[in-house]
Amino acid sequence: MAEVLVLVEGNPAGGGVRKITLEALTAARALGEPSAVVAGAPGSAAEAREQLAEYGAAKVYVAESDDIENFLVAPKAEVLAQLVADRSPAAVVIPSSPEGKEVAARLAVKTGSGFLTDVTEIAPDGTATQTAFAGATIVHSRVTAGTPIYTVRGNSVTPTPAPAAAAEETVTVQLSDAAKAARVVDRVVEQKSSRPELTEAAIVVSGGRGVASAENFSVIEGLADSLGAAVGASRAAVDSGFYPHTFQVGQTGKTVSPQLYIAVGISGAIQHRAGMQTSKTIVAVNKDPEAPIFELADFGIVGDLNTVVPAATELITARK
Amino acid sequence: MNIVVLVKQVPDSGSERTLDPADNTVARGSADNVLNEIDEYALEEALQLKEAQGGEVTILTVGPDSAADAIRKGLSMGADRAVHVTDEAIHGSDAVQTSAVLAAALGQLEYDLVLCGAEATDSQMSVMPALLAERLGLPQLSGARKLTVDGGVAKVERQTDGGYWALEAPLPAIVSTWDTINEPRYPSFKGIMAAKKKPVEKKTLADLGIDPGTVGAGSATSEVLDFTGRPPKGEGVKVVDEGDGGAKLVDYLAGQKIV
Ligand SMILES: Cc1cc2nc3c(=O)[nH]c(=O)nc-3n(C[C@H](O)[C@H](O)[C@H](O)COP(=O)(O)OP(=O)(O)OC[C@H]3O[C@@H](n4cnc5c(N)ncnc54)[C@H](O)[C@@H]3O)c2cc1C
Ligand SMILES: Nc1ncnc2c1ncn2[C@@H]1O[C@H](COP(=O)(O)O)[C@@H](O)[C@H]1O
Repeated sequence: MAEVLVLVEGNPAGGGVRKITLEALTAARALGEPSAVVAGAPGSAAEAREQLAEYGAAKVYVAESDDIENFLVAPKAEVLAQLVADRSPAAVVIPSSPEGKEVAARLAVKTGSGFLTDVTEIAPDGTATQTAFAGATIVHSRVTAGTPIYTVRGNSVTPTPAPAAAAEETVTVQLSDAAKAARVVDRVVEQKSSRPELTEAAIVVSGGRGVASAENFSVIEGLADSLGAAVGASRAAVDSGFYPHTFQVGQTGKTVSPQLYIAVGISGAIQHRAGMQTSKTIVAVNKDPEAPIFELADFGIVGDLNTVVPAATELITARK
Repeated sequence: MNIVVLVKQVPDSGSERTLDPADNTVARGSADNVLNEIDEYALEEALQLKEAQGGEVTILTVGPDSAADAIRKGLSMGADRAVHVTDEAIHGSDAVQTSAVLAAALGQLEYDLVLCGAEATDSQMSVMPALLAERLGLPQLSGARKLTVDGGVAKVERQTDGGYWALEAPLPAIVSTWDTINEPRYPSFKGIMAAKKKPVEKKTLADLGIDPGTVGAGSATSEVLDFTGRPPKGEGVKVVDEGDGGAKLVDYLAGQKIV
């Protein structure tokens, strides 16, 4: 069976891999037999191996060096380019994080290949599905040069187990000077949250300008916690200082595609829709019956969020 | 310090956009074309650096004749001059090919820093700085929410989930900026008048020494096979809160087996 390289994205919080890696492994199986590529600091493969085996990695290429973590993006692209040259895989599949897309771009130039970003599905013939214009248009596309490179968008493929050998093979890491140009001096975590990660969460509750203050975001957090959801915010809420920028959903924020998205006090501007309109079920709470968010909503409540949301939170908590 | 700012003209992200069924490329006629919003932040950052440290700010764009409007906007914000690469053969190029054209154009300019937006609102790829860094052998400092340049070294805070990565590289380097980095200025009346006299150099593929056969849809590295509008959602349910809004919401969630 054809070999497909899958770049592993580790869990930044430590322990295992990100869910998006399992989604990439699952998507890659449409094209052939996945070989996971762990490119990271020493010890990365040991943390990842069990999950990689569970989700179908026949092989695990282990490329470990501190320099891979110490320099931005370029080292990972170099490791993959070396493997593409040595193994001639049928394709390369990469999780569609900001870093993943940049690795794909550099790999495309290095290998003379085409690449497709944010694909939501890969068919066995290599055709990929993408959405364009903030989810408003669905596109089918394919790579026509070199080794096809795909980045798979989070929450678009359901990770399914397929136990495999995950036989480890060590890759010698020899980085060029060009790959060691942009140094990562520090990684700083400013917001630690006990809630699920926004792009991976099954449920997202977002608040907008209608929430009216930073303190009042506790209304949003309360509903989110009753549902085990992540909290998001519109840009207007972020710009008004109600909630940190990390949680912005939309064109210049995060793209989310959860099972359920609850928009509270959000009007539904096209740039906000850009980040959430592929959500499976959309619920909106807004006091303006004409708010455009209702055009998207499967279920909408015209009302004041300050009464509707706390009442809902209380009822949900009572059901437990 | 000499800075080149990459700007792209895109269909306004606030209006309905589509592809052109004739060749599956972005339909530029269907929406107002504007300067990619995030590129204004890159330009603002360049202007602030110039004001503090001197030098020249050059705008570089690859795009059709209509992109002259986006260039004009950048010049009226305060850039000194512009290079506009335009050639019929470029139409239908993908990101890999466009990066080759931009790289060739950058090869004819002198710069300490290249600044660009973190994402074009039409492609939403966020890959151009990586493509150019790879082609030009420049350090890639992408996704900046903060930039400082001092003593030939650029330092960036790369915006990440829940925080940032501190990056550092010697100049020349390429930096892309998010909309968290500054607040772009509006062109002043004086700026708009001055822009009319600023030099805009037009270049073709021949000027850049690029074989037209290597760009455009004919030699693209990927192709769009077909496209459709997202199927309209079934009519949603809308209820008015009459004191029971919270209960109705929970009933709905229960019906969906969510609670
Ligand atoms: C380049 C660019 C990028 C952008 N990127 C993004 C992005 O990534 N994400 C994003 O979200 N936006 C983005 N925007 C901004 C976008 O255009 C909108 O301005 C923004 O989404 C509006 O946020 P909002 O819905 O919270 O605020 P508003 O549009 O002000 O809506 C507030 C809503 O709350 C309702 N409301 C008020 N009080 C109550 C109450 N008590 N109970 C119930 N409802 C109430 C109102 O009826 C109204 O509908 C971008 C814009 C540009 C130009
Ligand atoms: N054709 C182009 N001409 C000039 N700059 C561009 C062009 N395409 C992309 N860019 C720059 O690259 C950034 C990222 O674009 P993208 O990778 O397409 O999301 C944009 O914000 C622009 O600054």
